[in-house]
Amino acid sequence: MDWVEYRLPIMRVANMHAIQYPAPRNMNFWYMFGFLATIVLVNQIVTGVWLTMSFTPTAEEAFASVEYIMRDVEYGYILRYMHSTGASAFFIVVYLHMFRGMIYGSYQKPRELLWLFGMFIYLALMAEAFMGYVLPWGQMSYWGAQVIVSLFSAIPVIGPDLVIWIQGDYVISGATLNRFFALHVIALPLVIVILVFLHIVALHEVGSNNPDGTDVKRKKGSLSEDEKTNYKIHEYYTDKYDIVDDIVPFFPHIVLKDLVGFSFFLLAFCYIMFFNPEMGGYFLEHPNFEIANPLKTPEHIFPVWYFTPFYAILKAVPHKLGGVIAMFAAIIFLALLPWLDRGKVKSWRYRCGLHKWNLMIFAAVFIFLGYLGGTPQENWKIIASQILTIMYFGFFVLLFIYSKNERTKPVPARITE
Amino acid sequence: MSNVSLDAHDSSETENQPVNSNRRRFLTVATSVVGGVGVVGAAVPFIASWNPSIKAKAAGADVEADISKIEPGQLIRVIWRSKPVWIARRTPELLASLLTHDEQLKDPNSDEEQQPEFAKNAYRSLKEEYLVLVGICTHLGCSPQHLKDGAFAEYVVGVEEGFFCPCHGSKFDMAGRVFQNVPAGLNLVVPPYMFVDDNTILIGSEEGAA
Repeated sequence: MDWVEYRLPIMRVANMHAIQYPAPRNMNFWYMFGFLATIVLVNQIVTGVWLTMSFTPTAEEAFASVEYIMRDVEYGYILRYMHSTGASAFFIVVYLHMFRGMIYGSYQKPRELLWLFGMFIYLALMAEAFMGYVLPWGQMSYWGAQVIVSLFSAIPVIGPDLVIWIQGDYVISGATLNRFFALHVIALPLVIVILVFLHIVALHEVGSNNPDGTDVKRKKGSLSEDEKTNYKIHEYYTDKYDIVDDIVPFFPHIVLKDLVGFSFFLLAFCYIMFFNPEMGGYFLEHPNFEIANPLKTPEHIFPVWYFTPFYAILKAVPHKLGGVIAMFAAIIFLALLPWLDRGKVKSWRYRCGLHKWNLMIFAAVFIFLGYLGGTPQENWKIIASQILTIMYFGFFVLLFIYSKNERTKPVPARITE
Repeated sequence: MSNVSLDAHDSSETENQPVNSNRRRFLTVATSVVGGVGVVGAAVPFIASWNPSIKAKAAGADVEADISKIEPGQLIRVIWRSKPVWIARRTPELLASLLTHDEQLKDPNSDEEQQPEFAKNAYRSLKEEYLVLVGICTHLGCSPQHLKDGAFAEYVVGVEEGFFCPCHGSKFDMAGRVFQNVPAGLNLVVPPYMFVDDNTILIGSEEGAA
């Protein structure tokens, strides 16, 4: 042990980032989604590697090779459903993880960079999920790719040539499938793993937020011995700060709490994977069980559920470039949250009533946009999605205005629960 | 060791001289520029390899279509670059009706560059009778449906025939011109084409162009 430790600081890293990492003791169930996202990431990588062993990334054989995995490869259907259910599960936990950050102000100073890394992970994840959905080469794979890739044609001047460059052909073709495969299994997973690593390092540098938003790290020498925690905390933290007696070590305390959440998560995950892997056409869309046909557009084209809120925003704007800009702006505004929110109080517990309503309405708007983006076009829906798009951006505008001189409640000096 | 210290002694003569900052700056800039050129050069294969391959370019070559068997009012589909291309033979009544709904269109005069120069007219075609269009919606790439014999009037009152995109509800008339208040912003694309003879259309090239 010592021989290794002398040459590679395994125990030091484990102590620093888990066993002796100070986590606020009031972290509630909202704080398990980062843990769950990590588990899902591992699931995606492992099942993905195994799927690669039987998948053929060509336009002629991709669809058949997925059927081969489903029917002929031993336990192949389990591996594929673990991967496809994992994709949706990834977005469920990531959306909840992001909403947690919003309600407890985890994006605020000093966690701006942490939030930005999170947004980059989210972007990479969207690209990863999109390209993964193209691989089975079903109808929705093909036409979904058609819709998303042609978004780039809205860019003035270079747009049309850029689309041909991305596709590697004049249309979506086997060349497109093959390069998306390369990006999906090698390039983007590497990017995501590196970003997750940076996300965690950045988190541990500034420390975890908590539902009260009260900082558990204080200036060195500002606390009496009674106020300091009795847990063994790594010198990395205690050298720089006094740690308030409001923390527990991440391992085992927080990990055990997360494992309870994980067991519930696993229950839901297994139910879907074994009994309802298509989730009524939301996780795996029905047209995708038909092989891609460039000459036959499906009656309705929807992205998978996790993209539908942004798709609704895209459709709400009756102008191509405008729609694309609005869609990307919807994500950029989220990334700018640390600067759009001018408030000093983090948690919604101690912020004004308007803030709570604003957040709840934002969540409802996001879900309703998702519904509109995932169901067939009707006249009332166009107007509804336009109103909801305005409300989506209205969240940020309102937040920017009222957070300047907000009437907040006093934040407790110590964690209350 | 003693040999090394002798060498060091020699070089210390030059080290004691004042730093020639001009020379140092020149070397830094020159190294950066040459290195930068190298990076750009090395990036070329990676970026260029994403372009369509020779095989893909060959598959995207021109195609001929036989139009001798198209009845008036009929529409045929041929494949060019894996995209559906419609060739419709329009009746005189239909051609007359195309001039009646300009105010409902976004771009009635085809001002946007969605067609070769020869097709920038009211009928958006080389010969009035024959309409040649790429059958892909200019919104997000779906293929619109051809609705005729009054079926299109359900979507645009007073227009009997046209194209309706089932994806996001964009509507086009029988010259491929887009109607107002739909997601698509541009008229359907007229591909480059030419008449080889009276019965044959070549899609992919236009007369006079190389």
